[in-house]
Amino acid sequence: MSQYLLLRHREIPEISRLEVYRQHGGFEAFQKAVTTMTPDQVTEVVKASGLRGRGGAGFPTGLKWSFMDRKSWPHYVVANADESEPGTFKDREIMEGNPFQFLEGVAIASYAVGAQRAYIYIRGEYQHIARWLDEKIAEMEAAGLLGEKLFGTDYSLRIYTHLGAGAYICGEETALLESLEGKRGQPRVRPPFPPTFGLYGKPTVVNNVETLTNVPLIVQNGAEWYRRMGTPDAPGVKIFSLSGRVKRPGNYELPFGLTFRQLIYEYGGGILDDRPIKAIMPAGASSSLLRVDDRVLDTPLDYVALRQFGSDLGSASVIVIDDTVSIDWVIQKTIRFFKHESCGKCTPCREGTYWMKHLIDRIREDGKEEKQVKLLLDVARQIQGKCLCALGEFSTMAVVSGIERFPEDFRETVLEGVPG
Amino acid sequence: MSKMVTLTIDGIKVTVPEGTLLVDAARQAGIHIPVFCYHPKLEPAGMCRMCLVEIGRPMIDRNTGQPILDENGQPKLQFLGKLETACTNTVSEGMVVFTQSEKARQGQKATVEFLLTSHPLDCPICDKGGECPLQDLTMAYGPAQSRFEYEDKIHLAKHVPLGDLIYLDRERCILCSRCIRFQAELVGEAVLTFDERGRSSQIVTVSDPPFDSVFSGNTTDICPVGALTTADFRFGARPWELKAAASICSQCAVGCNIVYNTRREARSDGRIVIKRVLPRQNEEVNDLWICDKGRFGYHYTESRARLTAPRAEGRPVSWEQALQKAAEGLRSASQKALIASGRLSNEDLYTLKRLADHLQMPAYLYTPIGGGEWVRRYGLSTGSDLSALGKGDAILVVASDLYEEAPLWYLRVRQAAERGAALIIAHPRTTRLERQAPHQYVLRYAYGDEGEIIERLRREAKIAQTLHEARNLVIFFGNEGMGLEQSESLAAACADLLVETGHAGRIHNGLIGVWPHPNAQGAWELGFQPIFDLQPLFETMDALYLVALDPFGDGWVRQNGRKPFLIVQDILETATVRQADVVLAACAYTEREGTFTSGERRVQRYYPAVPRYGDSRPDFAITAALGAKLGLNLEAQSAARLFQEIAGAFPAFKGLDYARLAETRPQWPPTGRADYPFSGTAQPNTQGMGKILSAVAEGTMTPLPPTMQKESLRPEEGTLLLVPIHRLFDAGSLLTPSALLHGRIGAPHIILHPKTAQEAGVTAGEKVLIEWEDRQAEALVKVEEHVPVGVGLVPRSMGIPLSRAARARLHLAERVR
Repeated sequence: MSQYLLLRHREIPEISRLEVYRQHGGFEAFQKAVTTMTPDQVTEVVKASGLRGRGGAGFPTGLKWSFMDRKSWPHYVVANADESEPGTFKDREIMEGNPFQFLEGVAIASYAVGAQRAYIYIRGEYQHIARWLDEKIAEMEAAGLLGEKLFGTDYSLRIYTHLGAGAYICGEETALLESLEGKRGQPRVRPPFPPTFGLYGKPTVVNNVETLTNVPLIVQNGAEWYRRMGTPDAPGVKIFSLSGRVKRPGNYELPFGLTFRQLIYEYGGGILDDRPIKAIMPAGASSSLLRVDDRVLDTPLDYVALRQFGSDLGSASVIVIDDTVSIDWVIQKTIRFFKHESCGKCTPCREGTYWMKHLIDRIREDGKEEKQVKLLLDVARQIQGKCLCALGEFSTMAVVSGIERFPEDFRETVLEGVPG
Repeated sequence: MSKMVTLTIDGIKVTVPEGTLLVDAARQAGIHIPVFCYHPKLEPAGMCRMCLVEIGRPMIDRNTGQPILDENGQPKLQFLGKLETACTNTVSEGMVVFTQSEKARQGQKATVEFLLTSHPLDCPICDKGGECPLQDLTMAYGPAQSRFEYEDKIHLAKHVPLGDLIYLDRERCILCSRCIRFQAELVGEAVLTFDERGRSSQIVTVSDPPFDSVFSGNTTDICPVGALTTADFRFGARPWELKAAASICSQCAVGCNIVYNTRREARSDGRIVIKRVLPRQNEEVNDLWICDKGRFGYHYTESRARLTAPRAEGRPVSWEQALQKAAEGLRSASQKALIASGRLSNEDLYTLKRLADHLQMPAYLYTPIGGGEWVRRYGLSTGSDLSALGKGDAILVVASDLYEEAPLWYLRVRQAAERGAALIIAHPRTTRLERQAPHQYVLRYAYGDEGEIIERLRREAKIAQTLHEARNLVIFFGNEGMGLEQSESLAAACADLLVETGHAGRIHNGLIGVWPHPNAQGAWELGFQPIFDLQPLFETMDALYLVALDPFGDGWVRQNGRKPFLIVQDILETATVRQADVVLAACAYTEREGTFTSGERRVQRYYPAVPRYGDSRPDFAITAALGAKLGLNLEAQSAARLFQEIAGAFPAFKGLDYARLAETRPQWPPTGRADYPFSGTAQPNTQGMGKILSAVAEGTMTPLPPTMQKESLRPEEGTLLLVPIHRLFDAGSLLTPSALLHGRIGAPHIILHPKTAQEAGVTAGEKVLIEWEDRQAEALVKVEEHVPVGVGLVPRSMGIPLSRAARARLHLAERVR
């Protein structure tokens, strides 16, 4: 078996060419689905495979598809390619290197939920990828893989790309839909969820790029085959975006169940200057900081494993922090990011991130007064559980976990006298 | 009927229809859940997070579908673990809600604390202070002390004009988006939006001209802070200094219920003056809203041009002298007539009609639109309510631009269409209603073809079917492009349509005339007759008694040598007053009581708001005094007694009296001091919601198939057809005293299709000389696509004395010089 299921371009450099992709079995799964399976059968296979959403929440993909409201039409599929989490860069590599497998996944998902229109919402900075995908979509249309009456059936499908305008919030699926509709990218009140009320108020499946890229192989090889990889909780493979103080940062496609130790030391080559590892942010800037010990390093990773340490795998954007980095600096970075990206719709996030930004700046400038640190922790907790969407929640993760788990980095310091 | 659901809120059992939002269910049970962004008339946004509560839902056994019970036999409850917003969650059976638990209070306190971090807390100089939801809810739910460093506070612009009428204070704004959503959802004009994001978010206007809406003032009522204030009231007074008087707006025939807020103040020489107008809730008329003309157009009542004393031959005289002189003039005239307008109350008109009958002179109504006789017979009847119209019903709007002529009807018709009513619009050009309402059929006809409108509606299969199948049918008619005769024929044709489709004489069905005056319908009901052409009257009569009209100023008549003896009774110095032999100074309607009958035939009371100006008197009192000199005994003191006489004399008014008109009914949403956070500062209705007149022999009289007595002018190749149109903000004598509206009123102008402009060799913004008949006027050129080719639209009362359609020529003003 080849080493890669998703990042196959690393083995087959020309796989972004249609004929090469097809030589390697490309679009057989799509054809198989459309010509030999009912939409529900496709959904069942994906359900049985145990595939879970790779965008961060880990929601079972097939289950999501089965929620589509069958009383309301048309249905839409939207690929979430608004990859904006700091530390996440996996979707970019998929779309750049192995675009057809992703597009085939979009096509199969569309067939499974009865959508004849699919949209790929791509972050604005990935403009070149949008153009690139447009070319690939055109090639598929020319080859009869997209368009009217595909493979001689009554099924028709068109795929469109749409560029975002530089807002992190548009990775949140309802904000994404608003933005796709041409409105301000702000999250909607949920419920109703997109499978009931999505794009233009119609049932919509929103899936991450990596999730969809798994789909062709599952349909082609079956659920059993897929379940052989990974853990029972999280079958299959995952792309880990590894960054921070490691020797070899990058994307690593590995089966669930491996450990941080393997990822960081075996694949990432260990810590820069071989210094001790101090903390891990497993899910980018939205992570609760893990205080690293052997237990953390040796826990097999899946969607539930990290909960025992008060964190989450999320999109597996693993940022490694060593002992040269002070946690107050880390949370200043994340607060600034979330303050900048808060959409402003709900009060706790809009006002809370602004407040936290001023507090952390003061803490870092004025020497970590205990009162200020306590207030920062209070404000972060006060934001929690009150926001309209998850972004507000995310803004507090590093703050609360950082202050609680690394108290030594927030002890009052006597500022060195400034001359004059 | 929808299914009812029972839940428990703070220990109180509440039963409400399925689908009710939790926040509304609580309010119905008398529990105020604090809100900022939620408003009962708008879709929930869930943004401000003020209404956080604890919600427990019964756990349901998946296999049986039954609630799981605990050891005490009570349903087990499942709580989400975090607080939820009461404004976005609908009720469900067995739900248990805690709005005041420790956890809920913590959440509410947190939201207030967050909001206040960016709020300037400049309550001492804020117009909203004293009626401010943020102030009230801070006192009730907020922390007493801020933990936020003052020096970190964001400072933003405090005087941002959003158009001429509304100012935005960006510091005070809590970004609840009520104003944005009001404009987008309720009015259908998305003229406001957010710009930027996060803490940099701000409200901006995206229309040109800015805040291009005639409903803008309502945003200040629903703004939960002092961020939006009116140019009229800002820094004008503190709310607690104001007294309130219930009234009816006099700017059009809708009859919006309002409140005049007044104050005695030094800068008005110690007089009691009107400081602002607020909507007064009447869910059958105007909901919680009024238009900007109604809100800002009251300044004529304090105009320098107010008549303060009677005059004879141009000199102030005593009332005795003036009345004596007027009586003599009427007595000695063999040919005489009375002309009155729909600005007068029912009591005034009744008194005038009695006098006219006594002197055996005709009583004419000064109106550009005819057909009131048909509305009297086929208008709405007791119990009708436009807000009852929805799916299965139809509304026909003919020859009227409701947005410009009767904004609240525009709003209510649009809302009925949103609820699913079929909207049929017949108009020679695109109007806002056409652009902004769903479920519509449009019939476009050419100017001059008014006589065929109803016939063409019958021939359009889809429309005809809709009209016939409609459960209820309401028809609005105006007079765009028409003279009085044509509009009268149109009204008859509309009445005929009501009869033909089986809608005549039924509740929620009928004909509505879009009159320009608040009580034109009252005049029709009380027996006034239309007058097609005023000019001959002025040339043949010996004496005319003109009450509340300015035919010279409006260009309806001109001085042609012979002049009848003119008795002019009005409140302002006008061109007609300057022609008068006797001037009788009437007080404004804000200075007395009375009733108006709206276009929907709803009789509504208004109450005195301010003292009378100078030595002015109520119209009915003046007429009664004049009658006394002419041997007629009329009630001169009590409007209420006059109304009793009306009720005795006119069957439609039977059974009504001032007490019944003052009755109110429970309304949703609740309004008033305690509900300012919930529904805004629209005032509760405690002084009367009015009554619709009863049917007058509806269904028993079939209108004759209408025949156009007189053809209207049609556009013709190579000529320009001038057509007068109604604009909400015109330069009429009642509106120009409101200085803040001057920007909205603008300069005299003519609106042309680009092609017409090109053919005439003129471009937008140029000044042209318009010549028609033997008249001429200067105007600025505006070029708009919606105008039919060959037509020049000229707004009425804008300084171009065009009273009806006419052929015209255009010249560049420069070239003429």
